[in-house]
Amino acid sequence: MKLKKKIPLIDQHNKNGFWGNKFGGNFIPETLKKPIEDLTELFEKLRYDKKFLKERDYYFKNYIGSPTSFIKLQNLSGHLGGAQIYAKMVSEANGGAHKIYNATVHCLIAKKAGKKYVVGDTGAGYAGKMLSMAAKKFGLKCKIFMGAKDIKRQKPNVDAMKKNGAEVVPVYSGSQTLVDAVSECMRYWVSNCDNTHMCVGSTVGPNIFVKICGWSTAQISRELKIQIQSEFKRMPKKIKLINCVGGGSSAYGFWSEFIDYDKKQIELIGVEAGGPKNSNLHAAPLTNGAKLGILHGAAAYVCQNNEGQINDTASISAGLDYPGVSPIHCFLKDTKRARYTSATDEGALNAYKLVTKLEKINPSLEPSHAFAEAIKIAPKLSNDTIIIVNSCGDAKKDRDILKERLGKIN
Amino acid sequence: MSLINLAFKKVKTEKRPALLTYTVAGDNTKKKSLEILKSIAKYADICEIGFPHNTPIADGGQIQSSAYRALKNGIKIKDVFSIVKDFKKSKQSKPVILMGYYNMIYQYGENNFINICKKVGVDGLIVVDLPYPENKEFAKKCKKKGISFIQLVSPTTSPSRMKKIIKDSHDMVYYISMLSTTGGKLKVSPKKILERYSKIKKLNKNKNIVIGFGITEKTIASLRKADGLVVGSALCKEISNSIKKRQNPVTNVTNIVLNLRKKIA
Ligand SMILES: Cc1ncc(COP(=O)(O)O)c(C=O)c1O
Repeated sequence: MKLKKKIPLIDQHNKNGFWGNKFGGNFIPETLKKPIEDLTELFEKLRYDKKFLKERDYYFKNYIGSPTSFIKLQNLSGHLGGAQIYAKMVSEANGGAHKIYNATVHCLIAKKAGKKYVVGDTGAGYAGKMLSMAAKKFGLKCKIFMGAKDIKRQKPNVDAMKKNGAEVVPVYSGSQTLVDAVSECMRYWVSNCDNTHMCVGSTVGPNIFVKICGWSTAQISRELKIQIQSEFKRMPKKIKLINCVGGGSSAYGFWSEFIDYDKKQIELIGVEAGGPKNSNLHAAPLTNGAKLGILHGAAAYVCQNNEGQINDTASISAGLDYPGVSPIHCFLKDTKRARYTSATDEGALNAYKLVTKLEKINPSLEPSHAFAEAIKIAPKLSNDTIIIVNSCGDAKKDRDILKERLGKIN
Repeated sequence: MSLINLAFKKVKTEKRPALLTYTVAGDNTKKKSLEILKSIAKYADICEIGFPHNTPIADGGQIQSSAYRALKNGIKIKDVFSIVKDFKKSKQSKPVILMGYYNMIYQYGENNFINICKKVGVDGLIVVDLPYPENKEFAKKCKKKGISFIQLVSPTTSPSRMKKIIKDSHDMVYYISMLSTTGGKLKVSPKKILERYSKIKKLNKNKNIVIGFGITEKTIASLRKADGLVVGSALCKEISNSIKKRQNPVTNVTNIVLNLRKKIA
């Protein structure tokens, strides 16, 4: 299994849609074959269409607010000693997280496809909030599937979706979290694929959804590359790009431009959700050696039992609380290009506390997992090492959880 | 000749469509689901048995509830196989089709899975999320063991794709009546469904093509022109209701199957 250079990772799959002949594919009901083929064809055309690219770039800049800033966390670096810590503030994007890139592109595609309705899944509520925002902007009707448990714990985003005119459909099956929301969203699409466009919230699902999502969030690393060059005048010798991984859309977008670099120069570190301390209900398939399985239309490492039933997971962060992971991250793991680890709920909370105490930023619980890893490794590294954390979400949505767990919000 | 083909041959002489039932293995217990199967087999021509899966992406509420119930009661893959085995002991000639999601087969190991299917007497397999052409290898393996791999076609299947699927199919093809998960309300008129159905049938008159999704006691008679008709969610729903009302699902479900049979006789 080998990575190719100069070809975007999202395109390094075989004709059946598998990365490394193993991850991804299209495990879908017959009814979705045609809609997925149509979408694939349309996307392949649009992504090389100059006019479409211009349109995309226009909205990325004027609607999303690209580029988001790249800042040094001076106090945190000083406090920890060792590596210099920076943050890419993707949370500054319109709506507060990276999910806006995928949502915007999907709505643009839906318009081109002549669809009037869009549906999507959401865990942390950001994917849903952004889809509802973009749908409103582009005049599409929007329905969002969300686990009942997530609706409770991510209320600010639920309110935002409703304010944008989206219908939020609570999902009561299974663990009532993201995994069930994705299933229900797919089921809805099976029944309505003739007039409805589906937006999968991360780099998961049948092949084409992995590609569209990765293609959209890749903007983050294009910006970052320019920002690094302007900050350091040349590419530093030792960089570590740390990103949380739920489905993996944020991490892929953050890494995309840097995958071709030698890993000794630019290390890619993905941080999964370890769940509550001493619990084994983790949502960390890459860290904990989960077996290959099929979930939501794709083959990937999946937390499951030996009968093929999907495991319940638990994480304080709804956005990472998912038993599967993107096929492209499985590929990055097996080719050893990226390293994956996990942070516990407590680790993420402590990281949140420290970062917000020292810096004027407010990362949500998802990127707090990435900060936990940065805080752990920074002191052991030389001070010419550059750590960059993707602060991909804003903690406004976590208000209630933070209050409950920390007693106050910074 | 395979038991599935024999079943279709028999109903043709009786000038009626085959009645196919779908129930979930282990719903609501291993023992009860076997009792239900044995009892409805008096009126059903082919019994489809679902593998309960906890993340089904194409099942509606009724079948989901059945599957969750079965899983909650601890049903395992080996139990599904033992249900089939016990069923076949008393109903040797009744064809059994197992239906499930690919992950379960994948975790079990394709060859291992097919071998055990063969051993316990499974006649056919439907894998919801293994479409053509991804299913080619697996379908070949099934055929080698004399197990029929059942292809699905839907209203969205393009004509060129339809041809290839029909050509590659074994004893039976399953036409999904409408864009829906299982158990949806029939949102297309029976006339329209039959129109599309005859187009498919024309591609190869020798294939047994059944219609499923949305069929109930109310709608079954209007579709009796088909080679076979599948009823699933209506039965799962009855199991749910019976449990809720503390009645015996065996008699209640059997009554429905008997009524369905009467309506197409
Ligand atoms: C702020 C934030 N970060 C990260 C994630 C994790 O998702 P992914 O790994 O797919 O980017 C989410 C998902 O909802 C999120 O809201």
